[in-house]
Amino acid sequence: MTTSTLETPRSESSSARGFNRDHFENALLKVLRPLVIALLFLAAVFPFYYMVLLSFRSLESLLQNPGSLWISVDEFDPSTYLDVLAPVSDGGQGFATFMRNSLVVALGTVVLSLLVAIPGAYAVSRLAFLGRRQVSGLFLAVYFFPSILLAVPLFVFFTQVGLRGSLVGLLIVYVSQVVAVSIYTLRNYFATVPVSLEEAAAIDGCSRLQIMRRISLPLAMPAIISNGLFIFMIAWNEFLFALLFLVERRDSWTVSLGLSQLSGSIEVPTTVLMAGSVILTLPIILLFFASERLLVGGLTAGAEKG
Amino acid sequence: MTQLTGGPGIAGPGPAAPAGGTPPGSRVRGSSFRRKEENRTGLALISPTVIIVVAAVVLPIIWAIALAFQRVRLINIRGTGFIGEYTLANFANVLTSPGFLGALFTTLIYSVVGTALAIGIGLIAALALRKPFPGRGLIRASLLLPYVAPVVAATFVWSTMLNPQFGVVNWFGTMVLGWEDPVAFLSDRALPVSIFGWQVELPIALITVILFEGWRSFPFAFLFLTARLQAVPEVLDEAARIDGATPSQRFRHILLPQLLPTIAVLTVLRFIWTFNNFDDIYLLTGGGAGTEVVSVRVFDYLTARGDIGAAAAQALLLAVILAMLVGVYLKLFGREEEQA
Repeated sequence: MTTSTLETPRSESSSARGFNRDHFENALLKVLRPLVIALLFLAAVFPFYYMVLLSFRSLESLLQNPGSLWISVDEFDPSTYLDVLAPVSDGGQGFATFMRNSLVVALGTVVLSLLVAIPGAYAVSRLAFLGRRQVSGLFLAVYFFPSILLAVPLFVFFTQVGLRGSLVGLLIVYVSQVVAVSIYTLRNYFATVPVSLEEAAAIDGCSRLQIMRRISLPLAMPAIISNGLFIFMIAWNEFLFALLFLVERRDSWTVSLGLSQLSGSIEVPTTVLMAGSVILTLPIILLFFASERLLVGGLTAGAEKG
Repeated sequence: MTQLTGGPGIAGPGPAAPAGGTPPGSRVRGSSFRRKEENRTGLALISPTVIIVVAAVVLPIIWAIALAFQRVRLINIRGTGFIGEYTLANFANVLTSPGFLGALFTTLIYSVVGTALAIGIGLIAALALRKPFPGRGLIRASLLLPYVAPVVAATFVWSTMLNPQFGVVNWFGTMVLGWEDPVAFLSDRALPVSIFGWQVELPIALITVILFEGWRSFPFAFLFLTARLQAVPEVLDEAARIDGATPSQRFRHILLPQLLPTIAVLTVLRFIWTFNNFDDIYLLTGGGAGTEVVSVRVFDYLTARGDIGAAAAQALLLAVILAMLVGVYLKLFGREEEQA
């Protein structure tokens, strides 16, 4: 309302040339804006639509008609999902096992990281201890480190110790990668909890740990949940370390690793692997839409490494 | 109402207001016992993290540096430790081998153009979605999909879409746009194209992986820039509009100066991550067709060739060069950084 009433006298009094340029740009933007939005939306969403589409088609129908962007009822073929999920012994691709592995690693990483990071974040934000600033600096440095440089010694070490192929080894590496970021984001939330609340609890006779458990933790819960989701996504999506440590043992592959390994072979039909991609992507997208508000805060506070 | 009643209490000389601002350590200056206790608790709470980070990140990196100066191969891996013959041979080999400088150059192009593309698209998206309209929330969330989706799934869909035999892009190109032959986007080093009569060889695989990087990372820039745009005071824009500034002038003189610090930070972050990126290129092209970046090369040396010393040396060079580039950047634009 205000803009329109303000604009009318100005456009009448301003010079013809300025008026034209303003008019022209506004008209152009009026056309361009929806166009750009549509284009961006299409670019972002189309690959995922295509993924779902192909996952329900058979390879023959894809080869016959590669340009079809719709699926007719008689083409609809959900058997790709059964094929990709079934264990190898039954002629499937064993994605059910991969999912279990991914789930174990991702959930384990979330639980362990939070267990370690919550007290750490509390300490960094609240307690004056020796070397507090140095520790923060160290964690930030870890965050920006090239993971390929880290991959070399870890690969050597895991080979020497014979831990390659074990999910536990991978779990430890994930925790070490994530925990620093986690502290960095949680720290900021702990800092927003008013000190006076904690002091009140201290006066009432709470010990430090009781204060943490009864006051700071509940207040920081939204941040902790979003942080947990964020860690889950990182661990579920991770590829390089899974490739380095697990590639030789098929029964301990994660979904990401399984898909990448099988996509190189000719024997597995592309549409079956598309079903595998949907299985890989769906949990993340469901989590994302269910917790978008929470997560977007987490993403900006501690962006993903990668 | 609540603000009104709360007003005098905060404005008055109550002890609560200053206490909130001071760190807990300084409040108890008198009691050295409490300070000691705080120090002890702090160290106890942080030590699990420190132990994990030191054991799984710091020590391995020190070891990686040691490995870079040793002739270590995968075959004689059992006996290697910190003690061994230190030599510069790895660096000499790496720097004189034909591929390394090329890979470094590819890495630079990939990260500079990829970063620019991601931030450019992110900026356009943030500006386009600035004004509210019905369904904006859903579109905003959808635009983040490329960033949150697993990289393996994203690269797999892309390579299927770009497949020369049954990919939808080549189908569209040959059927609708009239291409003579399908294009092998991910395995062709160069694609001869005539632009206005000029014969140009496009490094098509490199262009494709850069486009993928732009597609995958623009949501990150979009997210940050949207957040920053929301903090730009509405009055500024309004005032400029009343003064007769056109949309492009308002962007140039009002919005852009406000966004520049954020863009500077984004540039550093995206550049670091793209420079170190391994997954995308390994999964799309495997480093073939002129897309070999240093991190993929390190991986090859590590696993396929089993030359651990050379792998460590290259990874170390990558990290050092990155640190130098970021250092130069911060030195040049450091002041803007601090404002962000």
